[in-house]
Amino acid sequence: MTKNIMIVGVGGQGTLLTSRILGGITLEAGYDVKLSEVHGMAQRGGSVVTFVRYGEKVAEPIVEQGQADVLIAFEKLEALRYAHFLKEDGVLIINEQQIEPITVVMGAAEYPKNIVEDLEKVHTVYKMDAMEEAKKLGNSKVFNIIILGMAAKHMDFSKETWLKVIEKTVPPKTVEINKKAFLAGYEG
Amino acid sequence: MLGNEAIARGAYEAGVKVSAAYPGTPSTEISENIALYDEIYAEWSPNEKVATEVAIGASISGVRAMASMKHVGVNVASDPLYTISYGGVNGGLVLVAADDPGLYSSQNEQDTRCVARAALVPVLEPSDSQEAKDFVKFAYELSEKYDTPVIVRTTTRLAHSQGTVTLQERQEIEDKTYERNPSKFVMMPANAIGRHVYVEKRMKAMAEDGCSFEINRAEYKDTSIGFITSGIPYQYVKEACPDASVLKLGMVNPLPRKLIEEFASKVDKLYIFEELEPVIEEQVKAWGIQAVGKEIFTVQGEYSANMIREKILKEAVSNKEPAKVPARPPILCPGCPHRSVYTVLKKLGIHAAGDIGCYTLGAVPPLNVIDTTICMGASISTLHGMEKAKGRDYIKNWVAVIGDSTFLHTGVNSLMNMVYNQSTGTVVILDNSTTGMTGHQDHAATGKTLKGEIVPAINIYQLCRAMGIEHVVEVDAFDIEKLEQIVKEEVARDAVSVIITKSPCVLLKGNVFPYKCKPVEDACKKCGMCLKPGCPALTKNEDGTISIDDTMCNGCGLCEKLCKFGAIERVKA
Repeated sequence: MTKNIMIVGVGGQGTLLTSRILGGITLEAGYDVKLSEVHGMAQRGGSVVTFVRYGEKVAEPIVEQGQADVLIAFEKLEALRYAHFLKEDGVLIINEQQIEPITVVMGAAEYPKNIVEDLEKVHTVYKMDAMEEAKKLGNSKVFNIIILGMAAKHMDFSKETWLKVIEKTVPPKTVEINKKAFLAGYEG
Repeated sequence: MLGNEAIARGAYEAGVKVSAAYPGTPSTEISENIALYDEIYAEWSPNEKVATEVAIGASISGVRAMASMKHVGVNVASDPLYTISYGGVNGGLVLVAADDPGLYSSQNEQDTRCVARAALVPVLEPSDSQEAKDFVKFAYELSEKYDTPVIVRTTTRLAHSQGTVTLQERQEIEDKTYERNPSKFVMMPANAIGRHVYVEKRMKAMAEDGCSFEINRAEYKDTSIGFITSGIPYQYVKEACPDASVLKLGMVNPLPRKLIEEFASKVDKLYIFEELEPVIEEQVKAWGIQAVGKEIFTVQGEYSANMIREKILKEAVSNKEPAKVPARPPILCPGCPHRSVYTVLKKLGIHAAGDIGCYTLGAVPPLNVIDTTICMGASISTLHGMEKAKGRDYIKNWVAVIGDSTFLHTGVNSLMNMVYNQSTGTVVILDNSTTGMTGHQDHAATGKTLKGEIVPAINIYQLCRAMGIEHVVEVDAFDIEKLEQIVKEEVARDAVSVIITKSPCVLLKGNVFPYKCKPVEDACKKCGMCLKPGCPALTKNEDGTISIDDTMCNGCGLCEKLCKFGAIERVKA
């Protein structure tokens, strides 16, 4: 059975790094895996999506509407934008950060209120203000790995394997802080 | 492995010795990965025409060579491509063209297969990372066997998807001997007439031989439905209809006609499932074969498995309404020097003929400075055309804006034209010391090669001066007062002029950000001036004052300069 994971966020939040760790762990566990990323102009502060699919044999590299087992959202509005990709029993992991899109900053649109509360009414939601947590760890950039740690609880890989793959994937200088961040999400 | 990494690996394993490219999404990572192999000489060329010619030269000299580019790069390279199709090769020659269905990062959605058909060049189309590697190797065999350049066509979804790849050793291919052969490589009319005859024969032979190529594969299962497909769409077919019969074409030009006719005769209902143009479909239908294709499938954007489930299997797919949420278009980064330049141009009411790069975002709100964007280098020549059509006064509130890398790509020709044909326009070169949008590749003016060697850098200022342009000014992109003064002077001038705004891309490695901007307590007059350039680090609070996100702010100081009330300060980070 193929498992479908989506990571959504705002360009620059580190969706690529996170998806590569995910890809790494599925390979480590002996699955076939396909990852699909977005590069180029869309990365510049726009809404970005990454797909990870793993299973015995994976054909299609993208996750379609209504198919995601786990949706990892690095930002609240992006959680709402892609929530319809979740399966009925899919799990939604939200970083409770609010990044206003330019359309909101300019007053052309309003940032929706009570996003998380509304999503909780229809989906299984796990949430955290990972940015705050990351600041406590002394590096605001690792919030994405904290969220990955939260999501990892809903996947079938051991903690040790996760830590091993993180060690292999992130830049050498940042291994320790990233491991700490992962554990903050995984055990928090 | 990313599809693009796999292509690079394929080049390595195939014994390629020379690679040349100009960066362009979704092709850039091919060269970046090739550069990691010591056995391959790899370069960023100033544009795709140059890159292709470099690869052609390498091929003629007897080694295997590759040129890679995005789909619109093929247009720039089409001049050498159309003619080397006649000349053929000595060492194998492969051109990788990356199409972008869905326009994730492009100005059009053109289909390289159409170009290849017109140029009489064979095209291979892999459908995952493993095939990307394997097809590149096979492409070199075909190239040398049939004396032809070969195009390997990818799409964004292949180039930027990762899948597992089995690696092999590099084949060391012996260089082909070089013998002078003007009838092949001097394409003047008498020689080209003869070569055209050869090319037609070659394509016919490949169409026949293609019926037994392993990469053209009929997978017979349930024969009530059959699909002819290739590339990434093959994966959607396998996902939605794992039990249907499939003719998977690895070579999409020329088409293996007999194989297709045989497959068509064995299935009850035939569908042709190809993204973008009906390239396979039109040929198949012209042979009198009944098939369904673009009647039910679009010529726009990417395909998916759900399209098959919905249109053919008539299955109900999830059709939950997406939530209505504010759009989040891409924007210039916090601290981007382009924002500063556009803020000045906007204040002066200037229209810009734009170009291709991150700075194309100067066309969208809140900046709204750019009026036109066509293709690489077009900013300068379109401005010139406007002046020639409507006279000097018409462009007194216009400039051309172009990035440093784009200027060296094809802008420089247009600037020569301005000098030669006596334009009075002003060109603003947004020099951020890199090729920004594609992820920071070096170019001729950065002083560093793709392999990381330090080399003399083209001096853009001197280059413009050498063309005979008297008025060339360099200015710090964030010195908005000085820049405003210069823009006023130069657009008013009755002569061609160039303003080079300098400041490195904020995302460039090694940048340090010693400052942060902060609101000064109780000083904000809620005028909103600081919000006008649309910096994503700034947000408006409910009471009308502003907040600055200190994790996003790079301390460029633009908002501080715009605030007339001293309500924003730039402090040590």
